[in-house]
Amino acid sequence: MRAMKISPRFRGPWTLLKKEMLRFWRVGFQTVAAPVITALLYLLIFSHVLTGHVQVYPAVPYTAFLIPGLIMMSVLQNAFANSSSSLIQSKVMGNLIFVLLTPLTHFQFFFAFLCAAIIRGLVVGLSIYLVAMWFVDLHVTHPWMIIAFALLGSALLGTFGIIAGIWADRFDQMAVFQNFIIMPLSFLSGVFYSIHSLPPFWQKVSQLNPFFYMIDGFRYGFFGQGDISPWISLSIVGSSFLVLALITLKMLKSGYKLRA
Amino acid sequence: MNPAIKINGIHKHFGGLHALKGIDLTIEQGEFFALLGPNGAGKSTLISILAGLIKPSAGDISVMGFDVVNQYQQARQLLGIVPQELVFDPFFNVREMLRFQAGYFGHGPENDAWVDEILEGLGLADKEHTNMRKLSGGMKRRALIAQALAHKPPVIVLDEPTAGVDVELRQMLWEFIKKLNRDGHTIILTTHYLEEAEALCSRVGMMKQGEIVALDSMANLLNKFASKKLCLTLGDVTLPATIQAMLRSQEKGVFTFTLNDMAQIELVLSALRTANIKVMDMQLNEADLEDVFLSLVGQQ
Repeated sequence: MRAMKISPRFRGPWTLLKKEMLRFWRVGFQTVAAPVITALLYLLIFSHVLTGHVQVYPAVPYTAFLIPGLIMMSVLQNAFANSSSSLIQSKVMGNLIFVLLTPLTHFQFFFAFLCAAIIRGLVVGLSIYLVAMWFVDLHVTHPWMIIAFALLGSALLGTFGIIAGIWADRFDQMAVFQNFIIMPLSFLSGVFYSIHSLPPFWQKVSQLNPFFYMIDGFRYGFFGQGDISPWISLSIVGSSFLVLALITLKMLKSGYKLRA
Repeated sequence: MNPAIKINGIHKHFGGLHALKGIDLTIEQGEFFALLGPNGAGKSTLISILAGLIKPSAGDISVMGFDVVNQYQQARQLLGIVPQELVFDPFFNVREMLRFQAGYFGHGPENDAWVDEILEGLGLADKEHTNMRKLSGGMKRRALIAQALAHKPPVIVLDEPTAGVDVELRQMLWEFIKKLNRDGHTIILTTHYLEEAEALCSRVGMMKQGEIVALDSMANLLNKFASKKLCLTLGDVTLPATIQAMLRSQEKGVFTFTLNDMAQIELVLSALRTANIKVMDMQLNEADLEDVFLSLVGQQ
């Protein structure tokens, strides 16, 4: 394979990005295949149990309704897992020092970890979509909405993963993020239902969940209908990403928990 | 020409602990410098500040004129640091790690010839495609050193690079490091093997409790602080009072005297002749760095 020509100026961040991508690709069975199989199991079980009993949108079978939610949930969870697990492993094993000793800036560090997280999220999401096409003929109404939500959603969770990776000192602290924040928020975001089927109080609670906007906006790209305007969702997701990105850059610049 | 390393009034506080108490040190380009001191003296803290891993409480450090805080990109480009801990990335093999490390510093495939030279020089050539986690401890140590050299830095800091390393590797490593020094690289070494520092380094800085207590050329330090030792086998005798003060130790009829200069040999021997004490055996030992170390930092 011929080496890609890259300016020496960009070679540092590109190398870190390449290393981060190779890291998850080397264990692809765990990082790509496993989430695809998990999503398919959800699809098989929920569609088998609920098809014929539940119809969320007119003329949209429940299995078809379910697939975009499952794709987006997997995109978000894997984007978070990529940056957070890479950082906590490097910190615990001590090899993060190899990156900290380099002239990489805090922005370049952020860029590399963010892009790797987005790429893993998208690879997992695309794999689920391709496999799910065997089960349901899924039409795409607004492809740019799908791309925009997939990119912004994985960027938001990839950034949150960087924050978690920097903050956590041990694997059990990371498990707190995974089990008490990411899992509940993704399961209570409308992946398996429309929030209009909930009592008014829980509808209001759901609207405080940022995952709801990412799932709903992504699903809008397929069916052209959702629980809320996709533009509102897009602006909430976009502004959340900007806020988290600024916090992360500030943490990296100050060396919080990375440099004593 | 800017010095390789210039340290100005570095202080570091960790809560109530004053770990570095105003360190001033200049290391010129091309030097082979030893930074010595007992555990807890502050050597690793000083190196971590140089590497940008720890922020100083006060003072500044520059690498070939570039401040390690305000011009960290230029400073780190010139610096290769071998960390003390045996850390590695279990996802990659040796060559991949070296390529990544060089890549972080902006080097691409044009650097492969240098990577080959490092692999050869450190005896890693036949392990280049071996995953890092499958290497033995000694091989991991070599890979760690290779990673610090991957971007061909002009200033190389080796923080106890031979800890837990066998004699053969130590010899190979020092041959390679000496060659780098001859090629113009500045080498800064911390080690607990004082004979290593004595054999390799031209200048020494000794630290104790966060301060530099000695800073001089190896020859001057040996002359200033280390005395020669005269060991005489005399049997069960009582020494004349005139030479009692020079006696350092006595064990099984062997008397060891500390000499500040060679003229004192005659003083001891003539006192023994006058007292009719027969010398059965005589040995004169040269001073070494361990004597200097013990006299400067040994007494806690």
